Amino acid sequence: MPMKFDTPATTNPIDQLKVVGKPYDRIDGPLKVCGRAPYAYERHDVVENPAIGYVVGAGIAKGRINSFDLAAAKAAPGVLAIVTHESAGKLGIGKRNIAKLLGGPEIDHYHQAVAVVVAETFEQARAAANLVRVDYAPSKGAFDLHASKDGAVKPNMGEDEPDSATGDFSAAYEAAPVKLDETYTTPDQAHAMMEPHASLAAWDGDKVTVWTSNQMIDWAASDLAKTLDIGKEKVRIVSPFVGGGFGGKLFLRADAALAALGAKACGRPVKVALPRPLVFNNTTHRPATIQRVRIGATRDGKILAIAHETWSGNLPKGRPENAINQTRLLYAGEHRMTATRLATLDLPEGNAMRAPGEAPGMMALEIAMDEAAEKLGIDPVEFRILNDTQVDPEKPERRFSQRRLTECFRIGAEKFGWSARPQVGAWRDGRWLVGLGVATAFRDNKVMTSGARMRLSANGRVAVETDMTDIGTGSYTIIAQTAAEMMGLPLERVDVRLGDSSFPVSAGSGGQWGANSATSGVYAACVKLREAVARQVGIDPATAEFADGEVRGGGKSASLAGVAKTQDIVVEDAIEFGDLDKTFQQSTFGAHFVEVGVDAATAETRIRRMLAVCAAGRILNPKSARSQVIGAMTMGAGAALMEDLVVDKERGFFVNHDLAGYEVPVHADIPHQEVVFLDETDPYSSPMKAKGVGELGICGVAAAIANAIYNATGVRVRDYPITLDKLLDAMPEGRA
Amino acid sequence: MKAFTYERVATPAEAAAAAAKNDGAKFIAGGTNLLDLMKLEIETPTHLIDVNRLALDKIEATPEGGLRIGALVRNTDLAAHEGVRRDYALLARALLAGASGQLRNRATTAGNLLQRTRCPYFYDTAQPCNKRTPGSGCSAIGGFSRQLAVVGVSDACIATHPSDMAVAMRALDAVVETVKPGGEARTISIADFHRLPGNTPHVETALEKGELIAAVTLPPPVGGKHVYRKVRDRASYAFALVSVAAIVQPDGSGRVAVGGVAPKPWRIEGAEADMRRGAKAVTDGLFADARPTHDNEFKRTLAQRTLGSVLTEARG
Repeated sequence: MPMKFDTPATTNPIDQLKVVGKPYDRIDGPLKVCGRAPYAYERHDVVENPAIGYVVGAGIAKGRINSFDLAAAKAAPGVLAIVTHESAGKLGIGKRNIAKLLGGPEIDHYHQAVAVVVAETFEQARAAANLVRVDYAPSKGAFDLHASKDGAVKPNMGEDEPDSATGDFSAAYEAAPVKLDETYTTPDQAHAMMEPHASLAAWDGDKVTVWTSNQMIDWAASDLAKTLDIGKEKVRIVSPFVGGGFGGKLFLRADAALAALGAKACGRPVKVALPRPLVFNNTTHRPATIQRVRIGATRDGKILAIAHETWSGNLPKGRPENAINQTRLLYAGEHRMTATRLATLDLPEGNAMRAPGEAPGMMALEIAMDEAAEKLGIDPVEFRILNDTQVDPEKPERRFSQRRLTECFRIGAEKFGWSARPQVGAWRDGRWLVGLGVATAFRDNKVMTSGARMRLSANGRVAVETDMTDIGTGSYTIIAQTAAEMMGLPLERVDVRLGDSSFPVSAGSGGQWGANSATSGVYAACVKLREAVARQVGIDPATAEFADGEVRGGGKSASLAGVAKTQDIVVEDAIEFGDLDKTFQQSTFGAHFVEVGVDAATAETRIRRMLAVCAAGRILNPKSARSQVIGAMTMGAGAALMEDLVVDKERGFFVNHDLAGYEVPVHADIPHQEVVFLDETDPYSSPMKAKGVGELGICGVAAAIANAIYNATGVRVRDYPITLDKLLDAMPEGRA
Repeated sequence: MKAFTYERVATPAEAAAAAAKNDGAKFIAGGTNLLDLMKLEIETPTHLIDVNRLALDKIEATPEGGLRIGALVRNTDLAAHEGVRRDYALLARALLAGASGQLRNRATTAGNLLQRTRCPYFYDTAQPCNKRTPGSGCSAIGGFSRQLAVVGVSDACIATHPSDMAVAMRALDAVVETVKPGGEARTISIADFHRLPGNTPHVETALEKGELIAAVTLPPPVGGKHVYRKVRDRASYAFALVSVAAIVQPDGSGRVAVGGVAPKPWRIEGAEADMRRGAKAVTDGLFADARPTHDNEFKRTLAQRTLGSVLTEARG
């Protein structure tokens, strides 16, 4: 029976904070900086002499393959096999995939894989892939969200509802003395992680092992089994290191499926990495949105009515971008409505990217709040504090487990020097127009079932095994800290093994649930290991204490090394979450403060400093948590100023499909960042009393930057990214 | 990448002879652009002639008082050269505004002049592109063209030339020295070196088949204040939306070349006569024949504002 977390946490060994809560360096750091961390494409240790597969992406956005001409490719030097939909045999489609990972004869989107060419070397495979001739019958597709908006429908969103309504929004809004009604747009965005999707597959009889780069091991195993139409027990997924994911590696993708198919076809291990251009159009992306926000308030700034409507597009059976979620929860107001509409588009699949829903939702809502504050003549920090709520505004009987948003604002305002915020357009520093901006950070705190296996060995070391992943976040380190704290050991006596489907199923890395849920699973397994150890030495598990490498109780003590002298002690457990996240609203909070300079002639925006104050439960490791938040702030800066997957609306694909065309911030764009975590614990979230921070950090950043640009220039841009062409006409200099 | 043969040559004459012998040959120096394009099969040379061993890596004073920059001088070395920094600061600044330290360490003077456009459609071999596949059409016209050219364009192509260095060289009246396959040397002014696309956007320079760049010569220094302003969406490591290379003399006269707006570094000497009247007068002249798209119309305004800001800085 897994440990059930259904009542708020009381005091437990984690509260000792001897190891947890300390800013340890990453325990996997030396492996990474020495180039010894085994990433999927460099698994030279696991198979001999793999062949290389190169993916051919569809050259049309929609239509049908009439025929292939593979003669030249097959005859090319080194070619071992070519797999297309015609030769792949019966394939299924993963539960979490919308379009087929090996397309044909129908083509669903640009750069959908249509073939994998396997050869002795990478160069041979790539050259032969360029010889594959595909005769297409293109058909007309829909690629323009704005043109498709009117045809958008109420989507099926599973557990979530597309519409919500409380009170009488229309009447209250009409009657409100101060009104704001504006529409905002956010573009398609790419995860643009450093490591492209990559997999190495090897068959042993009818079983396949895939070393890959994936955030969710169990999802990948299930969906690879479904795709290959084999039993899940025949599939092993290994992904101990992931070079960035941001949601782009939540799902099984073509690299893994085609490596497995290629390996089967040529009877040899095969590895496949997606070339960079395919990462943008072959995989998933954050969908563009159109969002309308209406806020009606009293003259003294109380929100009476708030509405948020959103439109996004996706392939048939795809889900909408849930950009309205935060608006249901964030601010008070008796009369409310939200609506989500989905258009069918024939672009690549839209799906989760860091803080799906809230990231683009807050980009709109938090400009709207700034605009409403200005209409009211109220400071935007005060306006948000004025409309703070300690309860779910739709269900006032349901309160937040913790909500210290006001403190985030007060501390941040003080630290940042918010009171020095200038009048719009009034601060000049040399050639720069300078402005300050602020926005709320808000992201739900999700929890997921998570398991772990613990092994105590004769050498007194404890090993943790779980299929949890470390996507650069620090999972190895916080899991080691958790086990060390629970077992009374120093950090260096804990070994952590992650990302293997032969390990217990964990929460995985997604939705900022990973750190809290996975360490809670390790906590549960450690409780079980403590019991086993105590029993073995005849100490009452209820009173046993674990410290300094010993177990103590009832006048007895024993070293952990001695306990497992003859045989390793191995236990496994998981944590399951009850309905504390239903009876209470669990969210994470923050306040973003930004100072920007805008060139008075050219309208180039450069960020000068950023501060985030976060309230996100117990911070398990302040160093890795800070890294998560500053990384998220950087990604938010990209969203504000440059990131834009540009759709060619005729040809139906993302045009800027490489890292030269899809610009993300470089070091020079991010001069100074500061992060403050409130010292708090949330006993409703888990025994760790922690929450997520990795997605909280991006939510609201872009709006804070937009608001700072407005403060600097007087130009209100509601269409992201805020590139200089949208500001240029209002710039005062360089006109002569 | 298509299979190719490779040879390394020791003298310009050998290089020229090798080029004459091999129909599909290309010279390779730093390879920072060519190798990328070969991997994507945008460039498909059948033979590479490695010119890195040619003794063309010196920067020397000319008898006229200028500088002769060997074709193989690396961008990093050129930007760091004392004489360049003192007398041709515009060039040093333009070089440092481009690429990254690693790329500049490798990239050569001649290679920089010959780098190809960054138009995204040029880079996607599934899409029509007259520059990549003559006669196939232009996807950028009517497509995504925010980065592309506003002036000097044709119905066949609206690509820009991406170099920063070449913009400064245009303002400095540089001269390109070459060796033809037959061994004869000639000089081509930088103004004539890059061609406008017309109906043949795949023909980008005045170089003849197999003709090798030996050096770039700068005339004696002209003094004045040298400003290179590169405007882009992020602070570093991006191609210019617009760049302005300006030399402003104490009497208010000067020279201006603009990057990021045309298929070549864009300078119209006649427009410079209006420098004393301010940026608008100059850019009105520079862009009199502009044919911008909806996406890139802002570049005209941006060029004017950038030049205005540069003139203020230079005169301040």
